[in-house]
Amino acid sequence: MSDAVTVVLPAALLALFPGAVRRLEIDAGTVRDAIDALDARWPGMRDRLCDSRPAIRRHINVFVAGERATLRTRLPPGVEIFVMTAVSGG
Amino acid sequence: MADQKLLLLLGTRKGVFIASSDAARQNWSLAGPFCETWPVNHVIADPTTGTIYAGGGNAWFGPAVWKSTDLGASWTHSSAGLAYAQGETPINTVWSLAAGHGALYAGVEPAGLFRSDDEGATWTHIDGLQNHPSRPRWQPGGAGLILHGIIPHPEDAAKLWVMISAVGVFFSGDGGTSWEARNRGSRADFLPDPAPEFGQCVHCVVLAANMPERLYQQSHTGMYRSDDAGQNWHSIEAGLPSSFGFPAAAHPRDPDTLYLLPLNGDTVGRYVPDAAAAVWRTRDAGVSWQALRAGLPQQNAYFGVLRQAMATDRLTPAGVYFGTTGGAVYGSADEGESWACIAQHLPAITSVETLLV
Repeated sequence: MSDAVTVVLPAALLALFPGAVRRLEIDAGTVRDAIDALDARWPGMRDRLCDSRPAIRRHINVFVAGERATLRTRLPPGVEIFVMTAVSGG
Repeated sequence: MADQKLLLLLGTRKGVFIASSDAARQNWSLAGPFCETWPVNHVIADPTTGTIYAGGGNAWFGPAVWKSTDLGASWTHSSAGLAYAQGETPINTVWSLAAGHGALYAGVEPAGLFRSDDEGATWTHIDGLQNHPSRPRWQPGGAGLILHGIIPHPEDAAKLWVMISAVGVFFSGDGGTSWEARNRGSRADFLPDPAPEFGQCVHCVVLAANMPERLYQQSHTGMYRSDDAGQNWHSIEAGLPSSFGFPAAAHPRDPDTLYLLPLNGDTVGRYVPDAAAAVWRTRDAGVSWQALRAGLPQQNAYFGVLRQAMATDRLTPAGVYFGTTGGAVYGSADEGESWACIAQHLPAITSVETLLV
């Protein structure tokens, strides 16, 4: 059975990684797995999304099936994961 | 040299800007913002390679060091290894950078020191500093617990100084394995004991030209000179309009010449005294001071200048530059005698450095 899920990335993140695409399918069972897969494809992307606690960065939101997720959140096959930048800054 | 080009590397709250001119330093062009408008605390160049590095941190994406090998035309970033151990407070931002003896150093918040031996691609924590017995008692300054200054010894690769607020000056003679506080003689007027071993609010330390044992310091409470590599500090603030300020810039060749930009004081606004801008210069290692005002705004100037936002260049006569919290950059091509506005309406300037190419 495929664990393919769809990940949607924010434009501000794409600007940091030449060649990165807004929407892609990857195989992942948890949010942590998904971010590992992104980092394998675009080295350094994990550091932009996660800190060293480790946890999703405070001003990054990851939504799975419409709910805010953590690194441990499990991913049902076929689900959409939205990685979004929080409304912050000045 | 007619074909020489001088770059002013400007860190700002919203990205990196680069102003460039020929050696006459009369006409400037501005490029930027670079680094995706990230807040950048310090931009430096490694003069041996011409590579430009920018350290900062983004509220969304965390800390990183940006790098350009083509004088700002294109940039990459990395934070590989730029992290504390799991479970510790994560790094918020990069505060200071320094290049020396083939290494690149980064100071971060919360205060710590990292080293890269591959031009910023990967980083290693120099944990000797955090293992200093004073570490549990370090207290943050207004900008946080920041390692905001790094000075590699110009001749001995094993020696370096770092500056931490509000902790003070630390020195290592063994490449960062062990450290000692070097704050004797600098005051901590805000503590019950005004002369502690550490706890001073150092703002900026610069190395004098051609005298690697001479350092100048601007602190929260005064201006100082040390002629023994920071082991003893002596006040040089007599003749200055206040004891408070942030930046200091050393002359590129004369160890007796220093530039400061005193502010009115820590509780009264932290802008230039009487809202009239002046850079103060000593030609005798701090015995006497001269206010340099020609071309600088002399009324309604309510700006400050941050600790890394003043620099000199290596041309003759030396150029002096500073950037303000109001987003203006001023420069002098004659050692401070006269000034002109190089840029304005930029984001708040966090750092100014020069690169001659």
